[in-house]
Amino acid sequence: MIAARPALRPVVTGVGVIAPSGIGTEEHWRSTLRGELRVKPITSFDASRYTTTLAGQIDGFDPAGRLGGRLVLQTDRWTWLGMAATELALSDASYDPAAHDPYATSVVFAAGSGGNDFGQREIQRLWSLGRQAVSVYQSIAWFYAATTGQTSIRHGLKGPSAVVVTDAAGGLDSLAQARRTIRRGTPAVLAGAAEAGLTPYALTCQITGGRLSTSSEPKAGYKPFDRSAGGHVPAEGGVTLVVEDPASAAARGAPKIYAEIAGYAATHDAAHHRDPSPDPRWYAEAMRRALVDADLSPADVDVIFADGAGSRDLDDLEARAIHLAFGAHAEHVPVTAPQGLIGRMCAGGSALAAANALLSIRDGVIPAVGNLDDPLPQYRLDLVREPRETPVRVAMVNARGYGGFNSSLILRAVETPARGDS
Amino acid sequence: MRRTAITGIGVVAPGGTGSKEFWHLLTDGRTATRRLSFFDPSQFRSQVAAECDFDPAAAGLTPQEIARNDRFIQFALVAATEAVTDSGLELGGDADPADPDQPLVAVSMGSAVGATTRLEDEYVIASNSGRDWLVDPSYASSFLYHALVPSCLATEVAYRFAAHGPAHVVSTGCTSGIDAVGYGHQLIVDGEADIVIAGASDAPLSPISIACFDAIRATSARNDDPEHASRPFDATRDGFVMGEGSAVLVLEELAHARARGAHVYCEVTGYAARSNAFHMTGLKADGLDMAVAISDALRQGHTDPARIDYVNAHGSGTKQNDRHETAAFKKALGQHAYTVPVSSIKSMVGHSLGAIGAIEVAACALAIENRVVPPTANWARPDPECDLDYVPNIARDHDVTVALSVGSGFGGFQSAIVLDRGSDAR
Repeated sequence: MIAARPALRPVVTGVGVIAPSGIGTEEHWRSTLRGELRVKPITSFDASRYTTTLAGQIDGFDPAGRLGGRLVLQTDRWTWLGMAATELALSDASYDPAAHDPYATSVVFAAGSGGNDFGQREIQRLWSLGRQAVSVYQSIAWFYAATTGQTSIRHGLKGPSAVVVTDAAGGLDSLAQARRTIRRGTPAVLAGAAEAGLTPYALTCQITGGRLSTSSEPKAGYKPFDRSAGGHVPAEGGVTLVVEDPASAAARGAPKIYAEIAGYAATHDAAHHRDPSPDPRWYAEAMRRALVDADLSPADVDVIFADGAGSRDLDDLEARAIHLAFGAHAEHVPVTAPQGLIGRMCAGGSALAAANALLSIRDGVIPAVGNLDDPLPQYRLDLVREPRETPVRVAMVNARGYGGFNSSLILRAVETPARGDS
Repeated sequence: MRRTAITGIGVVAPGGTGSKEFWHLLTDGRTATRRLSFFDPSQFRSQVAAECDFDPAAAGLTPQEIARNDRFIQFALVAATEAVTDSGLELGGDADPADPDQPLVAVSMGSAVGATTRLEDEYVIASNSGRDWLVDPSYASSFLYHALVPSCLATEVAYRFAAHGPAHVVSTGCTSGIDAVGYGHQLIVDGEADIVIAGASDAPLSPISIACFDAIRATSARNDDPEHASRPFDATRDGFVMGEGSAVLVLEELAHARARGAHVYCEVTGYAARSNAFHMTGLKADGLDMAVAISDALRQGHTDPARIDYVNAHGSGTKQNDRHETAAFKKALGQHAYTVPVSSIKSMVGHSLGAIGAIEVAACALAIENRVVPPTANWARPDPECDLDYVPNIARDHDVTVALSVGSGFGGFQSAIVLDRGSDAR
């Protein structure tokens, strides 16, 4: 048996972000630190008949310019977002897959709702025009593995690839599967997630989940940890991270190491088909186990990037989970959730939270909770109200998925770039 | 070194619900393919399918479980219940995270297309048969979010068995099932779980699924002879026959299984995946990347290729797949490829997309258990490019100690898993 190397801590060497907050990582980060609210009325279709009319959308995104017209014809918007983010991440990492053995790189993305726009269009054509009208690309555009498969083909990546689905926790779980893959000997993995659910049918489906905001006022749309929290708005976007074995990153002279994946754990509430348990102990347990995995204690954590669901009951559960996991330290750890500015991108949202944590470590600044005006004091948390300049060495990123998924990831600064780990 | 045992098996497949019915079908060499009956298939190029005669209420599901879940989740709940019962484990009830003696129970379930059927059915209503792009939300059923994101499969299984460890759905197209079992094995080896409820489910038999494979002519059009339409490795094969179903396995850390005196069907000793990075649907004839995956899976368990007693092929029955795969076996196993029995159960139960990989792992475990190799049904005319021993039409008594199962899927995914009866001496 080729033993996995349990002590190996993969490092993140590249970040690519395409989100309502910006096309490109730096644009996203500047907008996030400035606290710019990007939630707006839906423009991709007339949403007036739906109870949710707000979303975080990406304006000015030119998929054909970034990926070529042929690929764009064959794929859905979520694949465009994921693949365009991948181009940015590879460039940021100065990682050229063609310069390496084809088996040395894997793609491990999380998926959410798949190819909504493509799928709705082709079902529409089948039922209104008949089977001859269905695109030859439907079979490869709609399914949840489309973005991973297309990315593997575009960049010639033959390593063990994966697609994990855990609703909004997926971005973190893709990083966990990337870690397992690297520990088994693949030097580099593209991880992350994309989501594009702003079509009439996908929106209708999301509304039935019971957690979307019904406000038509952008400022009231998604307010994590606020007294007036009333659900979230959906958002679209793609986030890719380049994750590497630290020794291979050093050997190729990777220009930067954002941080190492120091710890991870996941639990499931297993309490209800839709709702989390009213007792947050399993969420807390994910955080506690992630700390054990990282060989760290609560006092070591410099910031928590929270799930920030934006509903009073879920925010309350999250605050209680943090208190359970952190004990006396809970009130002293800065907690943030900048996604209040843009909405929730399903699995892409937790990948974005990981990207935000990496940028915080890089720049020594914690972004504020997005769109927070009136934090509920009963949470007894240090909710970050303005960008806070402070050294960040250890960041915990938490995410929850519909139905009871809990994931916790710990990212830690690396002192000397590309510290070897045999 | 932590090792993975299979201690429970549950199956819902065309031809019968339950692993016993499933095994009887395979060893009788019967086929469960027929003319599509769920809807009028006459407009489609391919009108054949392997359908499950499945009654969720009779299978023990509650009215609410049936109401909120697409058929693919219903299958999985029934298969998982059979597997957990078979394992003898008592799962469920209140669990305390602080109890160090409590085994960590994880869920790793695969699905290629999730709740496609329910999403399409509901879309037809909300869009008024595709007339309205702006679907009418007042016609939306309450459980559409439960259909939109397929992670609900893992949630429903975790909820039923109070599994509080890591849970996920794996969705790598047609290798989802083999990959879900493979990731479950990794969770046990790495100490992330002691028990994993692992398997896969798909129920893709809806008009849009038939239409999208019609469009690329991947499915069989042998509409005048549905019982013999799935013909892996036969010279007259003309595409796969879409199926549906689920299989769930209880994976358990070997020492944990032994300590409670559980029946161990076999061990998982290796799992590997590679991508061909070539084409979303096309395969190169050389079988290279599948061969690399096979070799890696064998290496993990220090398994000499000559020890393989049975190869469960992907064997979808498309022209290109069966050629590709035959080449892969020759590359990875050398001369042994010509003597080892190779068969495709898709000849009997069809191709249930993401589910079939788990169903095939179940078949391999049952082959080891019962010392019988299932046949490739409908094999009549040899193809010069497919020149291995495909166990034509009749099951064969054969002492299987080591079995290899492989999968290949859209997106270029190639996966391999090795099962071994195991022994303490090894």
